Amino acid sequence: MLKMIHGKVNLDSARTRMGEAGWPLPFPQVLEYGPPAHGTWNIVHTGMLIEGAHQIYVCAGNCNRGVVLTAAEMGAADRFSHIEIMEEDLWNGRMEELIIEGVDDILQKLPCKPTAVLLFTVCVHRFMGTDLDYIFSELRSRHPDIMIIDCYMDCIAQKDGIFPSEKLRISMYKYLKPLPRREKQVNLIGNDLPTARTSEMMQMLMDGGYKILDLADGISFGEYRQMAASGISIATHPLGKSGCEQLSGRLGMTALYMPVSFSYEEIEEQLRRLAQAARLPVPDFAALRGQADAALCRLKEEIGDTAIAIDAAAFSRILGLAGLLLNHGLRVVRIYADAFSEEEKEDYLYLKEHYPQLELYPTMHPDMRLMPREYPEKIIAIGQKAAYFTGTSHFVNVVENGGLHGFDGIVRLCGMIAEAGRQEKDTEDHIVRKGLGLTSLACP
Amino acid sequence: MKQTAVRMSTYTADVSGVCSALYELGGMVVIHDPSGCNSTYNTHDEPRWYHMDSLIYISGLKEMDALMGNEEKFIRDIEEAARDLKPRFIALVRTPVPYMTGMDFEAAAMRIEEETGIPAFYVPTNGMHSYVYGAGNALALVTGLLAKERSAAASGKEHPLRINLLGVTPLDFSVGSSLSSLKAFLSDRGFEMISCLAMGSSAEEIAEAGKADVNLVVSSVGLKAAKVLQRRFGTPYVIGLPCSFGGEKSRFAENLASQLQKTAECGFSVNLCSGNCDVNHSEKKAYIIGEAVTSYSIAAAFAEKYGFLPRVICPLDSPEELMADEILFLHSEEDIVKQIEEADLVIADPMYRALAPAGADFIDLPHEAYSGRIYRNRIPDLMHLPDWGTEHDL
Repeated sequence: MLKMIHGKVNLDSARTRMGEAGWPLPFPQVLEYGPPAHGTWNIVHTGMLIEGAHQIYVCAGNCNRGVVLTAAEMGAADRFSHIEIMEEDLWNGRMEELIIEGVDDILQKLPCKPTAVLLFTVCVHRFMGTDLDYIFSELRSRHPDIMIIDCYMDCIAQKDGIFPSEKLRISMYKYLKPLPRREKQVNLIGNDLPTARTSEMMQMLMDGGYKILDLADGISFGEYRQMAASGISIATHPLGKSGCEQLSGRLGMTALYMPVSFSYEEIEEQLRRLAQAARLPVPDFAALRGQADAALCRLKEEIGDTAIAIDAAAFSRILGLAGLLLNHGLRVVRIYADAFSEEEKEDYLYLKEHYPQLELYPTMHPDMRLMPREYPEKIIAIGQKAAYFTGTSHFVNVVENGGLHGFDGIVRLCGMIAEAGRQEKDTEDHIVRKGLGLTSLACP
Repeated sequence: MKQTAVRMSTYTADVSGVCSALYELGGMVVIHDPSGCNSTYNTHDEPRWYHMDSLIYISGLKEMDALMGNEEKFIRDIEEAARDLKPRFIALVRTPVPYMTGMDFEAAAMRIEEETGIPAFYVPTNGMHSYVYGAGNALALVTGLLAKERSAAASGKEHPLRINLLGVTPLDFSVGSSLSSLKAFLSDRGFEMISCLAMGSSAEEIAEAGKADVNLVVSSVGLKAAKVLQRRFGTPYVIGLPCSFGGEKSRFAENLASQLQKTAECGFSVNLCSGNCDVNHSEKKAYIIGEAVTSYSIAAAFAEKYGFLPRVICPLDSPEELMADEILFLHSEEDIVKQIEEADLVIADPMYRALAPAGADFIDLPHEAYSGRIYRNRIPDLMHLPDWGTEHDL
């Protein structure tokens, strides 16, 4: 039971409705609260997908704390080291030396040589003008047999620039060296979670005899290097788009952006592009649409008018998802999002026009700390934050699209929503753990 | 190299320390940071986050605002939230970037206080010190702010000895039974609790802190607050934690209880974590790693129980008064590894296992400020430590 020190705030204080919601920021950017839902992956989790890689962070103790314990909680403390920045390092002009000698020191002390080193610099290095080019060039010359990858935890740049997690997905593929082309090989770029083998995209590729390389599938370091030989690279998450495009541009691959979508037309268009690029037959779209419609009907039959809430950490296209469910008679009552994706403008306009009463809540607004975490009736949440804020134990435990894709993704999600309606979960125990799908040694 | 850590974790830093210390006091804490500090704090350093609300926020600092010295948004956002949420006080917390840009937090705090009418202060953190520094400063500041002047005591009226507990946060005591056992220990010996800084006491109780006859500093975090109370009310303090093993009474703990009585009477403060252990270091090379006051107190109780005194290694930046010869202040992985390379026994958080020599016996003593929530359910009651002799050759 939540112990309230400050009393409650009015339910209306942070709420808006789709009809009034601004674009792309429906709420003002003010002080930020952090709800205790931690299932989304962070840069430590993602970096660990490179087999045998070792991560080194160069930052102040306060920043180190979060990343050190992320690694420890996922049982990977032995693949993580850090160099601590002290006050004098900000002024003594020896930051480059500290990093170079620090990395050397760590590599000497490791029991075995890593396949790669992901070296993360942070906000203060941007402000100091640290010569990162020199650092990485020197480290690469000292350790030519280790892939040294420049990575960034410069959170201060994320609101007006690229998120560190997006930069990481660029860096992780930046040092793949050109290899002879393997035409029947395709990369999935930038995913944390493996894509369902049952999705049309995967089925088409497998039926066509393609080898699929995806770090999220736990491929070896050798296979990771072989990604350079692929003819096609596909990104399905917005955070992987830039990495996919840059890798493809550099090594002459075809880049396909096939984001998880809830629009039948967009899914079909994506699959057509894949078919064309990979010279594969297009699937029977009418049948696939029929399967998705049938799944949505079954879901409606099972949960009826049960309320549904969706949060933006669950799927990258939540407005599209809300529209799909609402148009099939399902009762989506709340969306939790602090900002809308640029990719969702059409869905935003659609919902604004057709469902103006749909409630919209932020997750980070200061009032959300004191918002009653309850809902007056049974509610099914899609996503951890929606579960937390509505206080429900009926929720789909999903982050970052959950490996779902295409029509198959819609069918499977319907099943997950129905199951969430039937079965309760221990919300706290599920959502406070970091990196959904990974080992968690956390003790909530 | 002193600044590299190949396998060592890192302690909770000053920023989280401030938040932890002020969590239950009804204030609003604003970390001037772009992102990350809030998540680190509420995931790894704050076991109360899910079940107890507290107004702890980050400012969402943007690069251009930091570069251009635009503090208006920071101040305006705080004022807006404060008018809406009406906190008892506002604490501003600094992180590395505003530290580098030299933002004037004292001026910002003054302006916020003037414009909202809510007391505002700044805790001089920069993310590069440990929680002992951050939480210690925060407790000192908030004690100065909340503690009321005491009225003249009723003459001739007998009353039990009144006490404040100073330096209690989940970072050193977690959320298990340690605090209730500590309170019970003192209550059983006739002490009346005025307040506990800062877990389980309201701001109203802390306002009465000046009424105490003596203060008990149970971790390094509490020392600066003890100094504030000493300066303002003349209250003396005792440093130490009444630890015991296996449900038995410990001389160290009982001595601490009687020392509280003596200190209240004579008015001289005493540090029981320095030169007060009558058991010699044995040939057995034993070490206990952790926060100075709790570790030394555990070591003293251990010495009584098992006949030899483990040497305390404290990796934290601690107040000078605690820099006793008995405690080794070693901050780097390199120094700690070197110190314990021939150890027969290491007592420390399980995350130190990676640093211990292969042949050494290792006793797990999880510490929330080191391993966060990973071993939370194995953190022992520090007042009733288990008999380690049943599983280890002591």
